Amino acid sequence: MTPGPEHLIIAPILIPFFAGALMLIYDERQRRAKVTISLVAVVATLLCAIELLMRSKGNNLGGDSDIGFYLLGDRAALYGIVLVIDRLSAMMLVLTSLLALPAAVYACAGWHRQGQHFHSLFQFLLMGLNGAFLTGDLFNLFVFFEVLLAASYGLLLHGGGQLRVRGGLHYIAVNLTGSLLFLIGVSLIYGATGTLNMAQLSKMVPILPEAQRLMLHGGAAIMGLAFLVKAGIWPLSFWLPTAYMAGAAPVSAMFAIMTKVGVYVLLRLSFLMFGGSAGESAGFGAGVLIAGGLATITFGFLGVLASQGLGRMAAHLLLVSSGTVLAAGGFVLAGAGPEILAAALFYMLSSTLATSALFLLIEPMSREEGGIAGLLALTADAYGLDEREEDRQPEVGLVIPGTLTVLGLSFSACVIVLAGLPPLSGFVGKLGILQGLLAGDSDTPWLAWCFVALLILSGFSTLIGLVRIGIQTFWASEGDPPQILALELTPIIALIGLLVVLTVKADVTLRYMQDTADVMMQQSVYADGVLGAPRAEDAESSE
Amino acid sequence: MEIVLSAAIGILTASGVWLLLRPRTFQVIVGLCLLSYAVNLFIFSMGRLTLGAPPIMPRGGFINPTAYADPLPQALVLTAIVISFATTALFLVVLIASRGLTGTDHVDGQERKP
Repeated sequence: MTPGPEHLIIAPILIPFFAGALMLIYDERQRRAKVTISLVAVVATLLCAIELLMRSKGNNLGGDSDIGFYLLGDRAALYGIVLVIDRLSAMMLVLTSLLALPAAVYACAGWHRQGQHFHSLFQFLLMGLNGAFLTGDLFNLFVFFEVLLAASYGLLLHGGGQLRVRGGLHYIAVNLTGSLLFLIGVSLIYGATGTLNMAQLSKMVPILPEAQRLMLHGGAAIMGLAFLVKAGIWPLSFWLPTAYMAGAAPVSAMFAIMTKVGVYVLLRLSFLMFGGSAGESAGFGAGVLIAGGLATITFGFLGVLASQGLGRMAAHLLLVSSGTVLAAGGFVLAGAGPEILAAALFYMLSSTLATSALFLLIEPMSREEGGIAGLLALTADAYGLDEREEDRQPEVGLVIPGTLTVLGLSFSACVIVLAGLPPLSGFVGKLGILQGLLAGDSDTPWLAWCFVALLILSGFSTLIGLVRIGIQTFWASEGDPPQILALELTPIIALIGLLVVLTVKADVTLRYMQDTADVMMQQSVYADGVLGAPRAEDAESSE
Repeated sequence: MEIVLSAAIGILTASGVWLLLRPRTFQVIVGLCLLSYAVNLFIFSMGRLTLGAPPIMPRGGFINPTAYADPLPQALVLTAIVISFATTALFLVVLIASRGLTGTDHVDGQERKP
């Protein structure tokens, strides 16, 4: 039996798994071999993800060409575990690989030397992420979540040190509790419906009797709590800034996608289980998503303004981004048009890439000054104390060295994307959300106006916060420019380049997102597709 | 039987939550253990309680499903036990590292100022 092209769906899980396991055999000293394996695996995963994306963007909406399936062990979808690839999961797979490649290259500049098994843990994290995006079964989702969390515990502690161990301790405790909530929710849903298959669940929800519907809602709410913790929604997000700040630069850059896993699962499950055709349960949880999302944006941008360092600021920017996407999802779930969702997905893509680039920029930017000097400078700036002004000769034509120029340009590109200014992609996404909100006549116009105001306000405060840091670093810095390896600059420039491509190709991407949102609104496409997935054995016998 | 099981789950959860909110790392880890026991029992109970019914059905012929226990929650519990055991072990390592680095077993890495 030769493996056919349909087996490609499982490749994004298997490639990192085998690569990670293989690297465990090598000794820590054979670093070159490890780096080679790691990079080859990441590139292979990226190619697989792109191929899957190409396959899943078929043109007809309701047909089989949009969704791919992989029945593990060739059991029918109801009895076995099924992997599903549709537009949304294909997009997330590509995004994960796009973040992974720069982070892996960046790690080669010396970060992987700080501790053991960096590349193995990194691959296992990728495996967990890809698995969580691909699976079509709730309990399987839990298993992949644990895989990615276990790897992330290891990665967060990579390099050691008191700050990391303390941040890691809180991170692990919060996430273990979250996993327990997840389990309670899953078992309640199983108790209510007797199935854990997402497609079957979406079929069951409209026809459940009243008593079990209550149990299902309870289960979904408790499970949602676990994902809200992962997505960093206020007030479940206080662990996030400290933990993300403590991680090594490539680790934090990869963690930029971890909040998005929570967002992804929330969107996927909400639309599958409580979408328009869910009968009495339609729109369940939409209010929580909207309120939580808006509160998170507020908390995030206040945090950005209050932060003294770039690391904490970047972590709060992540909160703003996941809050925005979730609030937009909530509005669509409550009945607004799918174009908001499409724009929100586009926004998620660009803001994740930009935050990842920002996390990579943090360390080179603060290398020369040291953390405490930067902090002092900022405090002095805030209080208006700058006693060095008089005793310095006025300079005519300040020379900015080459490395600083590149760093500064990359930083300003990140600022433009995150603040949502034209011409880069952040603007396109935010504009789309605003347009959808203003055009749509939702039931609660004041909430939509709140969202509009918060979106603009968060962009404005992002601009203020980041520009303050930028001025301190690039214009007011003294002494020699930092020594930065090409290995560290290339991934940053690559990420910025991706953002530029995303802007130039915005029409193509937005059309893809629009199709994604349309398919998400019709849950029957997913459910019928999964339940009707043919087994290989049947297909062979019918030939 | 139902009342005993639900009381057990309730007591385990309550003690677990209380310990989880304590300031010492060891209390937190014991709290997490108790919580995971409670969750495992809870998953098990979601397959409905049956007495003396095997979960594995014989091959072939007509099978009366009411004579058998639901096997799926039992499989889920097994997975959940393994995973929570592994993550607890990992947490224990971090806890000891934190104790070694900071010299205190407070969850914040420093004692509260009196």
